[in-house]
Amino acid sequence: MVIPASSGQFESANTRARTLVVMKDIALRALDAALARGVSYADVRVEHARERALGTKNGQTGRLGSSESTGAGLRVIVDGAWGFAATDDLSPTGLSAAAEQAVAIARASALAARAPVLLAPEEKHECVWESPCTTDPFSVSIEEQLALLLAIDSELRRNPGVTLAETNMNFTRTRQVFVSSLGSVIDQTRTTSQAGFEAWAFKGSEIQKRSYPNSFGGQCQLKGYELVHELALADHAPRIAEEAVALHSADQCPEGTLPLIVDSSQLALQIHESIGHPIELDRVLGSEANYAGMSFLTVDKLNTLRYGSDIVNAVADARLEHGPGLGTFMFDDEGSPAQRIDVIRDGQFTGYLASRETAPVIGLARSNGAMRAAGWSRLPLIRMTNVSVLPGPHTLDEVFDVDRGIYMETNRSWSIDDKRFNFQFGCEIAWEIRDGRRARMLRNPTYSGITTEFWNSCERIANRENWTLWGVPNCGKGQPEQVMGTGHGASPARFRNVRIGGGYGK
Amino acid sequence: MSLLCHDECQRIFDQAHRAARAAGVDDIEIYIGANATALTRFANNVIHQNVAERDRMLSVRALIGQRTARATTNRIDDDSIRRAVEQAITLTRVAEPDPALLPMPTAGEAGEIPVAPSRFDASTAAATPEQRALAVKEAIGIVEAASATTAGIFETGEEAEALLNSRGLFRFHTETSARFSITATARDSSGWAKGSAVSAGAIDPAALARSAADKARLSAVPRELPPGRYTVVLEPAAVLDLVGQIFADFSATAILDQRSFLTGRDLAGLFGENVVIHDDAYHPLQAGAPFDGEGVARRKLRLVDRGTVEDIPYSRASARRAGVAATGHGLALPNETGEMPTNIVIAGGSSTLDEMIAAVDRGILVTRLWYIREVDPFEKIMTGMTRDGTFLIEGGRPVHGIRNFRFNQSVVEMLRNVVAMSAAVRASGEEAFDLVAPAMTVANFNFTEVTRF
Repeated sequence: MVIPASSGQFESANTRARTLVVMKDIALRALDAALARGVSYADVRVEHARERALGTKNGQTGRLGSSESTGAGLRVIVDGAWGFAATDDLSPTGLSAAAEQAVAIARASALAARAPVLLAPEEKHECVWESPCTTDPFSVSIEEQLALLLAIDSELRRNPGVTLAETNMNFTRTRQVFVSSLGSVIDQTRTTSQAGFEAWAFKGSEIQKRSYPNSFGGQCQLKGYELVHELALADHAPRIAEEAVALHSADQCPEGTLPLIVDSSQLALQIHESIGHPIELDRVLGSEANYAGMSFLTVDKLNTLRYGSDIVNAVADARLEHGPGLGTFMFDDEGSPAQRIDVIRDGQFTGYLASRETAPVIGLARSNGAMRAAGWSRLPLIRMTNVSVLPGPHTLDEVFDVDRGIYMETNRSWSIDDKRFNFQFGCEIAWEIRDGRRARMLRNPTYSGITTEFWNSCERIANRENWTLWGVPNCGKGQPEQVMGTGHGASPARFRNVRIGGGYGK
Repeated sequence: MSLLCHDECQRIFDQAHRAARAAGVDDIEIYIGANATALTRFANNVIHQNVAERDRMLSVRALIGQRTARATTNRIDDDSIRRAVEQAITLTRVAEPDPALLPMPTAGEAGEIPVAPSRFDASTAAATPEQRALAVKEAIGIVEAASATTAGIFETGEEAEALLNSRGLFRFHTETSARFSITATARDSSGWAKGSAVSAGAIDPAALARSAADKARLSAVPRELPPGRYTVVLEPAAVLDLVGQIFADFSATAILDQRSFLTGRDLAGLFGENVVIHDDAYHPLQAGAPFDGEGVARRKLRLVDRGTVEDIPYSRASARRAGVAATGHGLALPNETGEMPTNIVIAGGSSTLDEMIAAVDRGILVTRLWYIREVDPFEKIMTGMTRDGTFLIEGGRPVHGIRNFRFNQSVVEMLRNVVAMSAAVRASGEEAFDLVAPAMTVANFNFTEVTRF
């Protein structure tokens, strides 16, 4: 069965309704096939995902492609154990075969089971939801999109020190129909946009790079093409090119223990690695021990650990009210509604990301809605939603108000141990701060620390005006690996006594 | 039933080609992929996630003059084939012309594949959830008997791929794979082991479970050592995950773009005399298709010979620019990256791992590395952590477990400091693609921090 390509709100109401009928029919057929085989629980996700990717390199078109993928994933509990099968064959025969396979897999799981899987209760939900999207990125002509990228590419290369210019845009739209044996029928359509560029400068024995608005693909949000306009990409090209070249004349970032100020995009990745991953309850309970690792945040630390200083407040918030993040949705991939969880309140650790299976372990009556799958072919796992540090009261001037410190901008490297204690980040550029002002530029900056020591050294967080909800589109977890998009709101912040320069330490 | 057959691929190509011609376009390339994989995952001594997936992919590339673009779908019915072709043509018509773009290769230009490697094992393709579950159950029992908790995976699967173009090229490849990895976790220590092969029968889950359990037991009550420069013995998975980070730079396009650490560098004696690295798609311990993203036959390359960088991989475009022959390492077009070697074989030495450990008076034995990222792109300084079995070696034997270190180590420098190697094996980690690598003893390895466990 062929599902019509979905273009969300930009389709006619009739087309949307027809698509829903087709997808719902497939989902219910698969659900029925599972229920007929004696499962105690089943859910089915039928998804159609569409993507457009464009890139340029040194004035030439680079990647230029579109893709679409459609399929169904069936999750069942049989004999108290889990089974999951995913198929691209959406014919009645294909769905029946997938149901048979999921059941057989669950029976095999039961061979090495101890106690039956128990799920926290969830209500039946019926919902149709589309993420806000002012301008359909798929309706904007590729000529227009390429012309913008090539203009930026050309602007970067006007600087003779730039040795490589690259630009990119990426758009996705995913429509998912979820049905479960609880009776839920949930139809969600999410549109994301991403854009950014990089200027590279090679000279002597160093390769330097600057990116805008962030490294590794730029900014990515749950928005339409309006994101590209908001980013004002071309306006920033001359500065980024200039900084990439200027880094070759900058001093090496010194080693030492100093106050550190990080920009909001770097703080977003710091949050991702040292708050977002540790609070995933499946990690805490050992599910990821063989791959993504565990967490120092054992369950005895809930409501007892001082995670950060008094001014640190963090939430995991999947609701649209938090913003258009990559972790924004109406329902998670096991049919629980989007929620806001207080993760850190006034420095105190207060909450994990949980699922229907793990919620009871920490005394929750129900899931807090963090189960997400990277497409129809993968099993939902506990994933970050939008894990954000809330803005503080300070102006930027107040954040920078130190006698001597280091300000770092835009991530270049990131690494953290498998229990999330020890981290090290590198950034593209830094400046020494003297008497509250930017002084000399510094190249190759890195900083490192221990998670709770770092967050407890947080002494100023910039205000709402400086707060951005960043997208991390490439978070890996699970076996087989799933790459997921997560959101992280952050504003620039200052930390005391941070170890600087260890990445280049001898 | 096989996932793909030649006749079906030809039929899909003919249909796509007819649709392209109807739109006035003659030159197309199609890539068809199909996979069926299953993975049994366990943690806390039970199977907690157990999955299977099957999917197919049709990717159509159109070429019009000096323009090219691609459209991909996982629907391979008549309408979807036609829509993918139309979409590829629509994208191609608006692409910027690329003066360096070449016509698609004929079968003659793509070269002959000497001896197509046999990488398909029917029993692995047919492995059942029960077979995986029973092997997992045995492994769990072994680790539990050692008073540890276990987590891991047993994965089996098959995939098939075909590449056809309008100039008569037809490539086809199919293979199976199996992976078993296991972590044993004790009160304050852990151990890890992993095996990877074409055939599930070549993997011994029970032996891997014993190895992981032994490491967890032997590294119990870890002590903290100060960071600093140490002699390390890196097991093959640790070598793979660290050295595997540099091969994207072995690319003519990356060098031309001046983003490779090989750019402008004296390549003679860059590494130690004992470092010999090939890219060899035909090696018996390697995996993958013997042709590249345009269907060009992969050639065996001597990337590093006695420390000197020799051969560089070329796509057809970068080869034309340099006036040399393509090596069969190009990526699917269009792309920014050019080419990359993906069948790395690092030549081993004559020592056993035990002999290597015995030769170290004071040093560190590393089972596995984790979260490796590039700190410096030219010196190839990588940071990351040790994990799941890190030991102090004293007087030629591991004496106790130690808390895990963070390293900041230049791979260029490391490959000048290799003092001993074991025989090369098919190594499998989590940070780089599988490759054939030995264990290595490396002098002056740079540990910069220590973590809390």
